[in-house]
Amino acid sequence: MFTHFFLELRKANLPVSIKEYLLLLEAVKQGLAEYKVDDFYYLSRSALVKDERNLDKFDRVFGHVFKGLELLSELFQPDNIPEDWLRKMAELHLTEEEKADIEAMFGWEKLMEELKKRLEEQQERHQGGNKWIGTAGKSPYGAYGYNPEGVRIGQDGTRNFSAVKVWDKREFKNLDDSVELGTRNIKVALRKLRRFAREGAIEELDLPDTIRSTARQGWLDIKMVPERHNAVKVLIFFDIGGSMSPHVKICEELFSACKTEFRHLQYYYFHNCLYEYVWEDNRRRNTDPMPTWNVLHTYGCDYKVIFVGDASMSPYEIAMPGGSVEFWNEEAGEAWLRRVNDTYTHCAWLNPVPKRHWQYTPSIGMISDLFENRMFELTLGGLDAAIKELSH
Amino acid sequence: MNEQTRFTGTDSYVATEDLMVAVNASVTLQRPLLIKGEPGTGKTVLAHEVARSLDKKLIEWHIKSTTKAQQGLYEYDAVDRLRDSQLGEQRVHDIRNYIKKGKLWEAFEADTAPVLLIDEIDKADIEFPNDLLLELDRMEFHVYETQETIQAKHRPIVIITSNNEKELPDAFLRRCFFHYIRFPDNETMERIVDVHHPQLKKNLLRAALRAFYDIREIPGMKKKPSTSELLDWIKLLVVEDISPEALKSDDMKTILPPLYGALVKNEQDVHQFERLIFMARRGQN
Ligand SMILES: Nc1ncnc2c1ncn2[C@@H]1O[C@H](COP(=O)(O)OP(=O)(O)OP(=O)(O)O)[C@@H](O)[C@H]1O
Ligand SMILES: [Mg+2]
Repeated sequence: MFTHFFLELRKANLPVSIKEYLLLLEAVKQGLAEYKVDDFYYLSRSALVKDERNLDKFDRVFGHVFKGLELLSELFQPDNIPEDWLRKMAELHLTEEEKADIEAMFGWEKLMEELKKRLEEQQERHQGGNKWIGTAGKSPYGAYGYNPEGVRIGQDGTRNFSAVKVWDKREFKNLDDSVELGTRNIKVALRKLRRFAREGAIEELDLPDTIRSTARQGWLDIKMVPERHNAVKVLIFFDIGGSMSPHVKICEELFSACKTEFRHLQYYYFHNCLYEYVWEDNRRRNTDPMPTWNVLHTYGCDYKVIFVGDASMSPYEIAMPGGSVEFWNEEAGEAWLRRVNDTYTHCAWLNPVPKRHWQYTPSIGMISDLFENRMFELTLGGLDAAIKELSH
Repeated sequence: MNEQTRFTGTDSYVATEDLMVAVNASVTLQRPLLIKGEPGTGKTVLAHEVARSLDKKLIEWHIKSTTKAQQGLYEYDAVDRLRDSQLGEQRVHDIRNYIKKGKLWEAFEADTAPVLLIDEIDKADIEFPNDLLLELDRMEFHVYETQETIQAKHRPIVIITSNNEKELPDAFLRRCFFHYIRFPDNETMERIVDVHHPQLKKNLLRAALRAFYDIREIPGMKKKPSTSELLDWIKLLVVEDISPEALKSDDMKTILPPLYGALVKNEQDVHQFERLIFMARRGQN
């Protein structure tokens, strides 16, 4: 049951590590959830979920895995731990640090043994004792057997249940990530792009070095080091074409978050697709066009490039010279997009259109292809993925 | 687990069931406890109450944007030494004179396990938690200047709070127990108010809570009133001897509650609030 729970959590994309799983087992072993299923729920939640946005997902998985569970003892059957799976999981998902931890604790071979032993100990300890609410429960595995592909266990509905479970109340629903993307959330996501580095003008007194040097020289020898600052450079292109109007708010939020997060931030506006001109100031788009070539020549290839747009237009606007709805473009939009992708290794396109609608708009697919699939939905999840892409 | 080592809240702090489980797991397994939640939901006070109820010393480390991890271990006062060296002071020869112990060191030295509060960890540089990983894990660190290793005599109970301005690194999170303090529901809030104002009349309490939750529902509020604002407001209501009738919930949407300045502080919110009430009243007439 335990491993099944763990597997289901991972399947629901909850970032649960083996390290945390072991922590939970340890906590159960120490008797931290002895009397009530609720306590086990709280304990596992506290050990396995580290981000409130995932609490609701956790509740759903918990509800589904432990549906019909009345007896805590059912949890602690020393079942056959699917060794292959665990090993594969471990290799796939453990960081170097975690591997080192487990090695240090048990050694690879002993890991499985250790897990089994722990489960067995719990079994011995709790069976017969009156701490558990009865021990008559049969292992659901007896009836169904374990299936690593995830057959639902304990869902036969023969045990009836009346009380509403804590986890079924779904109290954390509104914290789930896909829901709300405010400036604050965006900032948090963007911060992952940060790289602090010392570069640029000399600004700070380096005391230790000054002392070292003073001691050596015998006179006061001031040493300076450059100040640390956020060294990530970002170039953003915003689509302000007509079809973007419904997305103005979210784009404004993204924009204001970017402005406070990055010291080296440059932004330009475009209309539907990128052509030979962009604009620095949207209100003066008729008077002050900026040649796109200048932009590409001004900002070095260390800039990370983000396009924000719905990529929704007629395919001509991307593929044909003169396809632009605004003016006669000498070269097709795709030539410009390709140029950007050739110039900058780190590019991403953020799209406020929900991903499930993308398939209905051919131009979205075309642009996504030009970006080598680095098009992301403008939600917290999408933004996270984009940032990950940009920060390699 | 015996009763002295189990945290169940105190006479001045209401702990929900799930919070108790998280605190006790962290104390028993000696892992840091990370607490998040809206402002004013009792994150900081929790550490005080845990220390009080388990009869342990509390060591507080309040984090600012300029705080560096190293400062929690120790600081080497180079300026002081530089000055002494220029003045030809004798003490300049012993580097120990310039080493200032940080909060972690203090916690490691304590004779019984203390509670170490690292408050608002998200205020610091994004690397801050990573920089403390090893020390919190192993409960020891090395002082390069003197070549000594400082080891915790007893593993402190570490409580870390965050307002989530920044995300914390995974490696750090994997080591902690985590608890998100949900904004208290009506029943929990009644208990919280009760520990602060045990004499409060029930009907006043109910009327005040109704008004309070109504205000929190106003769309587009920049800063929703929290537990601390509610407690301040109730204190004022008592001092000014406001009657429950003055808070009558039926009219709540058309009159401004007395002393509402204690609840709604952001200027824009006050504006929005007054406008809503004004419009509702006009609609009624
Ligand atoms: N569960 C509770 N029981 C008793 N008092 C509480 C509780 N929760 C909050 N309070 C009261 O609310 C006030 C605010 O608490 P505290 O300062 O700990 O909040 P916080 O979460 O640390 O806020 P911030 O995020 O602004 O730092 C305190 O006066 C505290 O006594
Ligand atoms: Mg606080």
